[in-house]
Amino acid sequence: MALIETQNINKIYSLGDVEVNALKDVSLTIEKGEFIAIMGPSGSGKSTFMNVLGCLDKPTSGIYLLEGIDVAHMNRDELAAIRNKKLGFVFQGFNLLSRTSAMENVELPMLYDGLPAGERKEKAMAALAVVGLAGREDHHPNQLSGGQQQRVAIARALVNNAPIILADEPTGNLDTKTSIEIMELFVRLNGESHITVILVTHEKDIAEFSKRRIFFRDGVVVSDELSGKA
Amino acid sequence: MINVPATIRISFRALRVNKMRSALTMLGIIIGVSAVITMLAVGTGARQRIGEQMASIGSNLLMVLPGSTTSGGVRMGAGTQPTLSTGDADAIQKECLSVMYVAPVLSGVAQVIYGNQNWSTGITGTTTSMLYVRDWPLSAGRPFTDEEMRSASKVCLLGQTVVDNLFGGINPIGQIIRIKNVPFTVIGVLDAKGQDPGGHDQDDTVYVPVTTAQKKLFGTAFPGMVRIIMVKAKSADDLASAEKEIAELLRQRHHIGQKQDDDFTVRNLTQMMQAAEQSTKVMTLLLGAIASVSLLVGGIGIMNIMLVSVTERTREIGIRMAIGAKTWDIRLQFIIEALTLSMIGGVVGIIIGISSSEVVSLIFGWPTVISPVSIILSFGFSGFVGIFFGFYPAYKASLLDPIEALRYE
Repeated sequence: MALIETQNINKIYSLGDVEVNALKDVSLTIEKGEFIAIMGPSGSGKSTFMNVLGCLDKPTSGIYLLEGIDVAHMNRDELAAIRNKKLGFVFQGFNLLSRTSAMENVELPMLYDGLPAGERKEKAMAALAVVGLAGREDHHPNQLSGGQQQRVAIARALVNNAPIILADEPTGNLDTKTSIEIMELFVRLNGESHITVILVTHEKDIAEFSKRRIFFRDGVVVSDELSGKA
Repeated sequence: MINVPATIRISFRALRVNKMRSALTMLGIIIGVSAVITMLAVGTGARQRIGEQMASIGSNLLMVLPGSTTSGGVRMGAGTQPTLSTGDADAIQKECLSVMYVAPVLSGVAQVIYGNQNWSTGITGTTTSMLYVRDWPLSAGRPFTDEEMRSASKVCLLGQTVVDNLFGGINPIGQIIRIKNVPFTVIGVLDAKGQDPGGHDQDDTVYVPVTTAQKKLFGTAFPGMVRIIMVKAKSADDLASAEKEIAELLRQRHHIGQKQDDDFTVRNLTQMMQAAEQSTKVMTLLLGAIASVSLLVGGIGIMNIMLVSVTERTREIGIRMAIGAKTWDIRLQFIIEALTLSMIGGVVGIIIGISSSEVVSLIFGWPTVISPVSIILSFGFSGFVGIFFGFYPAYKASLLDPIEALRYE
């Protein structure tokens, strides 16, 4: 069974009288342990596809099976539970809660999962150690560099043992050196923990870190190729 | 699953971040709650005092006063001519079925002397029935006997204030005092009763037999004349019929023609007190209602701030949703924030309300009573305000689209 399977996914936005077909019959299969870069120019539908994969948005039509379960027809709260358990998000702007320590930011997903305080603390410490931020638990986002903030976000994505990490331009706000460090962290997580990483980027050298590259144009998958690393 | 303790912690943190704003928002509730507490305390205090005074003058009381008379075609002012007599009092006692006790009163002010002490006080000539009419027991000694009443004996009962001023530590029973230079033997002491509704010291009085007052102290050209007749009806329900019976009887006894006005007035003391109590009750409600308006305004303040907060934190809400916060996780977070604001405001308001009630009674001398009900009520109401005015902003937050919220700058 594939980890992710989409069949003929369409997403249509109505902007007044005009209908925008953001995704057209997208059918893809993603297996566990893959490292995928989704690429394409702006307006190609790659972000819409990420939102659908991330259960933040529902497709207008089509089937989306996540671990064999149809999530396209779930309600808000069921989708929230899926996002909490199965998906970890990493954003371009980090999206950490300000005025909240690194530790508490990482604890957040477990809070909504209803884990007891002791277990939350323990797991958050472990996740921060994995991303190389042991000892920085009490730092607030404004006391951390961009790379460190992104590491906190990655720790937050890891902490509920989600099988999938969705990263939307994770290096967009970082310099080249830090970008490479972050990408190496993704490669390590993918290699050591077999976490499926799906990232959106428009930078070729960032996409180089992936094993499979999917190109979107005008809502259609125009190419889907494996790199030499696979 | 909703983790309530954690949600409470999240809410507290959010409130701490904006300390000044939280404090100002609470201020509305603080003012509202303390106003409600203070107003209710003042109102309840006033009512309680009236209630106590009502009990102290006695229950189910009617007072028969002389009315205006017409003499040679000239209408005289009420009370200027004595029209009531001991005979009227006896007749009321005998004829009126709704009446329980009747006590005639002939009173005046006189100097009372014991040894080298003297005291100016009200002398009330009456009968033993007065003690029943007024529900006023003796703390020592005995009441007048029938023999003493008939023979106009020079005996008296003293109020506590008179005892304190004339005798100091000495037991007054059996002592001789002089009223208007007439020697009287003290046979009893009245229980202390305190102030009447007019603020008059009821214990500053001396009771003598009405016959003695008529013959030896305040005698007039009209033998048997009394100034007032006090009447106690059998029950509160009998007050109206007693009033009617007395009026009919006295018109008959005073030979008043059908077209003539009464030469007496029957006054319902209990009714007057009840009216006073009713008006303070209305007053209390009114004050409470006005104070509640400020509580309502405080609630609207909370809603306002919560709406601002939801807009400001759109991105935070988006992050929380992406990470797995469900509809009610978001709603509860904001409701608890609003509830915390209003509850802390409520507690502070209660404390300020209690202290300001104390200040009011200290400065103005008004009695204030803080009832537990008013505390529970205002605490509950501030909680309700928090939930009520917190719900809409929380509801709005929970309906945000996570994608839109994450994009919000």
